[in-house]
Amino acid sequence: MKKYFLGIDLGSTTSKAIIIDEKDEIIGKGITNTRANYMVATEIARLEALYNARFTILKQKLKAEVETKKEYARYIADVESAFKFLQFNRRLEKLNVQFKETIRNTYSGEKHDLILGYIEGIVDKIQPEIRHKYLYGDIADKNQFFRDIVSEHFNKEVAKLDKEYFDSLILVYDKSITPVENELTDYDFKELIFESLEILNDKYENIEETFAETSEVGFDAELNLLRGNYRKIYDSIKEHISYIANLDIHITNMVGTGYGRALLPFPEKSIKSEILCHAFGAHAFFPETRTVLDIGGQDTKAIQVDRYGLVTSFHMNDRCAAGCGRYLGYIADEFSISLNELGPLAMESDCEVNICSTCTVFAGAEIRELLNVGQERSDILAGLHKAIVMRAISLLARSGGVRNEFTFTGGVARNQAVIKYVTELVHKNYGDDLTINIHTDSIFMGALGAAMFALRSNN
Amino acid sequence: MSASVAKEKSMVIQKEMIANHFKALSTAKETGKKVVYTFVPGNISELILAFDMLPVYPEINALQSGMRKKSDGFIQDAEKIGHSEDVCTYVKCDVGMMINGNIGPTGEKIPPPDLLLLSYTGCFTFMKWFENLKRLYPGVPVAMLHTPYQEDKQIKPEMTQYMVKQLKEEVIPKMEQVSGVKYDEEKLKGILRNSSKVEDAILRIFDTTKNRPSPIDAYFAGVYYIGPINSGFRGTAEAVNYYEELYSEIMERVRLGLGPITPEGEMEKERFRLVVEGPPNWTHFREFWKLFYDFGAVIVASSYTKVGGVYDMGFRVDPEKPLDSLADYCMNCYTNLNLEQRIDLLEQCIVDYKADGFLVNSIKSCNSFSAGQLMIMKELERKLEIPVGLIESDLVDPRYFSYSNIKNRLESFFQMLDQRKIILKQ
Repeated sequence: MKKYFLGIDLGSTTSKAIIIDEKDEIIGKGITNTRANYMVATEIARLEALYNARFTILKQKLKAEVETKKEYARYIADVESAFKFLQFNRRLEKLNVQFKETIRNTYSGEKHDLILGYIEGIVDKIQPEIRHKYLYGDIADKNQFFRDIVSEHFNKEVAKLDKEYFDSLILVYDKSITPVENELTDYDFKELIFESLEILNDKYENIEETFAETSEVGFDAELNLLRGNYRKIYDSIKEHISYIANLDIHITNMVGTGYGRALLPFPEKSIKSEILCHAFGAHAFFPETRTVLDIGGQDTKAIQVDRYGLVTSFHMNDRCAAGCGRYLGYIADEFSISLNELGPLAMESDCEVNICSTCTVFAGAEIRELLNVGQERSDILAGLHKAIVMRAISLLARSGGVRNEFTFTGGVARNQAVIKYVTELVHKNYGDDLTINIHTDSIFMGALGAAMFALRSNN
Repeated sequence: MSASVAKEKSMVIQKEMIANHFKALSTAKETGKKVVYTFVPGNISELILAFDMLPVYPEINALQSGMRKKSDGFIQDAEKIGHSEDVCTYVKCDVGMMINGNIGPTGEKIPPPDLLLLSYTGCFTFMKWFENLKRLYPGVPVAMLHTPYQEDKQIKPEMTQYMVKQLKEEVIPKMEQVSGVKYDEEKLKGILRNSSKVEDAILRIFDTTKNRPSPIDAYFAGVYYIGPINSGFRGTAEAVNYYEELYSEIMERVRLGLGPITPEGEMEKERFRLVVEGPPNWTHFREFWKLFYDFGAVIVASSYTKVGGVYDMGFRVDPEKPLDSLADYCMNCYTNLNLEQRIDLLEQCIVDYKADGFLVNSIKSCNSFSAGQLMIMKELERKLEIPVGLIESDLVDPRYFSYSNIKNRLESFFQMLDQRKIILKQ
């Protein structure tokens, strides 16, 4: 039986899981923003990674087909999207139940009926919209959390309704989303994947009609190939799908890291510091790495590593949260936008405002003042992004500077504006020749390092 | 850890010595003894003893207040009268203690000073500190002894001459005036003969960490070992007796192959050997120490235990040249060494005592220690390819001790050392 190794990174904002094989290859990834309970978070991330691992194994089995026939790659990608939609939908159903309970507990009489009517209307409206985005758009690839997806659509609908009920509708949403988010939704992989195949059959059957209806989604070549051809593909991979659905993915060893690591029911030797794990993960992706900057939810770490990926020294921000991911979260709240929107908005600026405040809380006052004097939102946001990067640069200087190659990791390394300023300032301070590595999976580096430690300690 | 925590004879002796000292201070008015306030780094206690006066060390009182959980209130009282958040917390704790009746660590009153001896060694704050004390005790004479910094990595003859001149023209006359006793060089020589013996014993004691397991923790227990020399006993027969007793106890541990004693008993397995730079935190001293011994980490050398005198580099007092010796002693203090010398000293410790890692405890309110620490770290990392770590806390301000932050960093640091051992073996 093949051996697999699990790394769990319980961060302050998100929890991540990575499954690797005996060759350090990533087989599965899972992430959740559940924050109420680390045990639930671990379980959600672990299950996500296991589902993802089944898809990876499927692709490995069908490697030849995937590489040579575009429609195979597309078909599998579509199965995965449909699968993710079904997962999403299960949670949306739960949310709908929770909405009703919240309304029942909060309102009575006429108001109860009115709010219930509004909420039912909203859910009826957003469910097919989101379904469409999963099946025909690229929402499944964006790694967005349940909350982000729902709130974006929910808020849009609320904005269209009578302002008088705005607060009540938002209250119902706020009270309902957290319990659903913090609850483990158990899926039966087998059931969901076959349901996904049925959805796809329906999709390909009606492909022309669908695209005639919606002009926003482009009709592409692979889809064209699937038209009329999907039955054949379906028949040829059905057996493989059965195989991965029934496959027992045996986790031989696991290691936990991150802030919540002490709460994991793992033996002491299976708990590793996130500093070591981030460095080890970053070094695995980019073996020439000598300096790692990790900006996570509640801390920033500057780590120096040797040629083995072993940490030789590290520095962390100790007494102030400015310069961490949470700073961005706070800023997003101040601007009433989602975290995902921060970076793109800041990128629109070509003249960032100089933000003097290095304190998260005081930055709020500074933002309001700048907005009052008429500064552009994008320019303020750009300035804020630059401010947090300046803090990181100062931490890097304290830790002994940046050595070639430099790898940037952590959840914040997904923010384009942060990447822009990190690149700019690292080059400016340490030379243009310096190689800067940023991986799309930078948020998983800690979990990857943990999984790699699990493999090594097993050996 | 073994369960029994037997009090060693040396501990009993030390306790008695300190208790007697504070007793003598509390009855100074009745006995007519004069009291000199002075500082630990570069303390010329032998000269004070030669005039039959009693020394008081404000930093020692502050750290004792920290350990007795009194510093919090003292610091806040000092802040109420205008000392800013950024002022050295030893100063604020000390000022707070004085304005609250000057009750010392044994619960007895510490008498006001008859002389403020500002032996100014490597810390600018000392000057400001005594300016404050001068205002708190109007009319008390101040004797200033300026110690030249070892800028060029050496003590030049003119530096010694400069200090001897100050001793002769400024310090001794003021001591004569305050004590009413004439300077007696023969008496000073006799005291220094004891100092010389004490210095030898201290060096032997801290050198026992060469053993595996190390029989002592040179930081957490080390700060107790340097207690007597840093609180006025260096040139006394009691100190000679104490250090010889301590040394023989430690040698017995070496003979039995025992590790260091901790507050929870004996440390059974030595997993990591560290050299530590910077003072400890006093407000959470036990918790802080526990974070180390729980991980099996023993400190085999520390710069902090050298603040009262550096003997590793060959310096010894020469009783036949008493004033020159006192001058050189002051200039040889750890915080009076330039940064290159500190690196050399720490490097020697890391190599001689076979340390696995080097750790800095950066103190928020201590400039004289903190300046240069990052450079020291980087240099040692570069020269020795040794893992280095940094934690942050404070001397006696409990508001700056974050248990979880320190624990998190130490855990990472120890895992870093562990992982290095595993991977390098493979």
